[in-house]
Amino acid sequence: MSTQIIGDVGLAEDLPGISRTGGQRRRGLLAGPGARKRPLRVWRLVVLAIAGVYFLLPLYAAFRFSLAYNGTGVSAQAYTSLTSQAGFGSAIWLSTQLALVTIVVELLLMVPTTVFIHLRLPRMKRVMDFVTALPLVIPPVVLILGVLDVAPARLKATPFLLALEYVVLAVPFSYRALDSGVRSIDLHTLVDASRSLGGDWLTTMRRVLLPNMRVAILSATVLTVALVLGEYTMASLDEYQTFPTWIVLFSSQNSHVSVAASLMALFLTWIVLIGISLIGGRSRRGQEKKARRLTLLRPGQPKRGVS
Amino acid sequence: MTAISGPNQMTTPAATGSAWGGGSPVEAQGGTAVVLRDLCCIFGTVRALDGLSIDISPGEFLALLGPSGCGKTTALRILAGFESASSGQVLVDGQDVQSVPAQKRNMGMVFQSYSLFPNMTALENVAFGLRLRKIGTAERKAKAMSLLEMVELADRAGRYPHQLSGGQQQRVALARALAIEPRVLLLDEPLSALDAKVRVQLREQIRALQRRLSITTVFVTHDQDEALSMADRVAVMRGGKLEQVAPPAELYDEPQTPFVAEFVGTMNRLPGKLAGPGRVSVLGREVVARGPFANGPGGQDVDVLVRPEGLALAPVPGANGIVSAVTFRGAQSRVDVLLWADMAVKVDVPSPVAASLPVGSSVEVSLVSDNVLVDQAAGQISVNQEET
Repeated sequence: MSTQIIGDVGLAEDLPGISRTGGQRRRGLLAGPGARKRPLRVWRLVVLAIAGVYFLLPLYAAFRFSLAYNGTGVSAQAYTSLTSQAGFGSAIWLSTQLALVTIVVELLLMVPTTVFIHLRLPRMKRVMDFVTALPLVIPPVVLILGVLDVAPARLKATPFLLALEYVVLAVPFSYRALDSGVRSIDLHTLVDASRSLGGDWLTTMRRVLLPNMRVAILSATVLTVALVLGEYTMASLDEYQTFPTWIVLFSSQNSHVSVAASLMALFLTWIVLIGISLIGGRSRRGQEKKARRLTLLRPGQPKRGVS
Repeated sequence: MTAISGPNQMTTPAATGSAWGGGSPVEAQGGTAVVLRDLCCIFGTVRALDGLSIDISPGEFLALLGPSGCGKTTALRILAGFESASSGQVLVDGQDVQSVPAQKRNMGMVFQSYSLFPNMTALENVAFGLRLRKIGTAERKAKAMSLLEMVELADRAGRYPHQLSGGQQQRVALARALAIEPRVLLLDEPLSALDAKVRVQLREQIRALQRRLSITTVFVTHDQDEALSMADRVAVMRGGKLEQVAPPAELYDEPQTPFVAEFVGTMNRLPGKLAGPGRVSVLGREVVARGPFANGPGGQDVDVLVRPEGLALAPVPGANGIVSAVTFRGAQSRVDVLLWADMAVKVDVPSPVAASLPVGSSVEVSLVSDNVLVDQAAGQISVNQEET
């Protein structure tokens, strides 16, 4: 092989015995001159450091404040006494219930809607983009006052009215997460393939679409949970003591505990996010493992035919 | 279960018969008769199908061929139940299935884009249709594995679609479509996303399998090479209408319309004059004329459509043509000739003859065919269609 041919990156990959790993590709080992890599990396670190300071400094300040429980020294009492504070348990439980109901209603409403829009009404995508963005621009106060005006008394008597309001608030986030999920699969072909094999709509949705939209559904779920655990205005106007309203109310009694509760809520949300990421990663690893296992079950099979 | 020959041996449908032949998990069928009758399909202002009528015999392999937008995929999707015709009938074994939803038509389909379910292994994909038919787990897996063996992918049973090549994915898709023992197999340009070598291998394998199973098959393609090499009959479509349906050889040798003549294979357009009803004079010869313009008044200018092999060349000084290029194509070579100093024609001659025709040499172009298709005079003579 001549040096000139190997020097060509595109051809080098095709030559026997020469292959580029993903790592090599990322590092640009075969990509020729890499003189501009170093300054680029420095700038990345600078930007990352600035962003890190911007986001972490307030958290650090809040953490330091929460540790100054008695006004002097360092104490974890704000955290250890958190669960024994009046109203904490019931507020957390109500928020958890609201999150669960909101997620269920949200997904039942938005998953079929998003699929239907892409499948049958693609011209409505722009309209949907606009309509689903409305909860972002309409103040929650306006929404809640309107809802309280028209909601039946029986519904107003339960906190689940709040869950229905959260469903509206979560629509902009869940729709966009699900929309990107639907865009990432060949929806029309998968649906046609399932139907041609005898799958009705329910089967197609359950066995084909939902498993392939899992990451999008998880994203929508995380965003909804984060919203429910952080929403204050509607809960306050509806006069329910959810976790965020409890934090605000309790801050007048003990601001250190209140800040500790806020940090705990943030920490819990992160835990949920990491958990969901791990579930996604484990599922992918599971696929690979299953593939290897099934392949190993048939040792010595020659590689035949077209490939 | 099946005697397997190497992929390099799969050069002809006959050869592939042994590769994908032998015992099969899918029973050979008597085939299903399909009739498309006066199908019309209108999307907004676009008339995708305009009175399409085709009879497909049981066990026949029919290719729908035509340029993009001619309605061939629409016809297939109506047959599959994914689209509804504005008017007309779709008869499967004599019964109109227009009101039957796609999932109840029992038609296996292989799509142009890779349509395997990404969340399932190759085995699970093939078993999907069987699962929906409530076949027991053991039987389902055994049959799915047999089908994967049939398409020579048993060793990839546990792979997910993203771990398979394009050709392998389409073979799994074919196995999946066959697993449900469909009444009709529908192929929507299943080879168009594959590279040339795999495409040729797979089309031969599909054809061998279809012959063995005697399954009525409708194959949509815009590639005339695929259509002519695979199908029992080829239906050429244009603008939502059927131009001609005929066996490949007849379609090539006796095209009924100028569109078919120029769409299928390479065709030269030469100036001619009608010499009476059904007779035309071209390149100094008077031969039989056919086509819609063949019976015009004598003396009328027409275009005569002649294949490259319907012309002959002889080296004659000061004759009507000059050789402008010679392309070696094995036993035959294609010679580009500038006729009467301003018209390009292509002529196929045996390669030894072409070797004696250097570029720039003077040649006499003559007509070999005794029966030619004539068309309305376009005023220009040109080569209209390049081979794919």
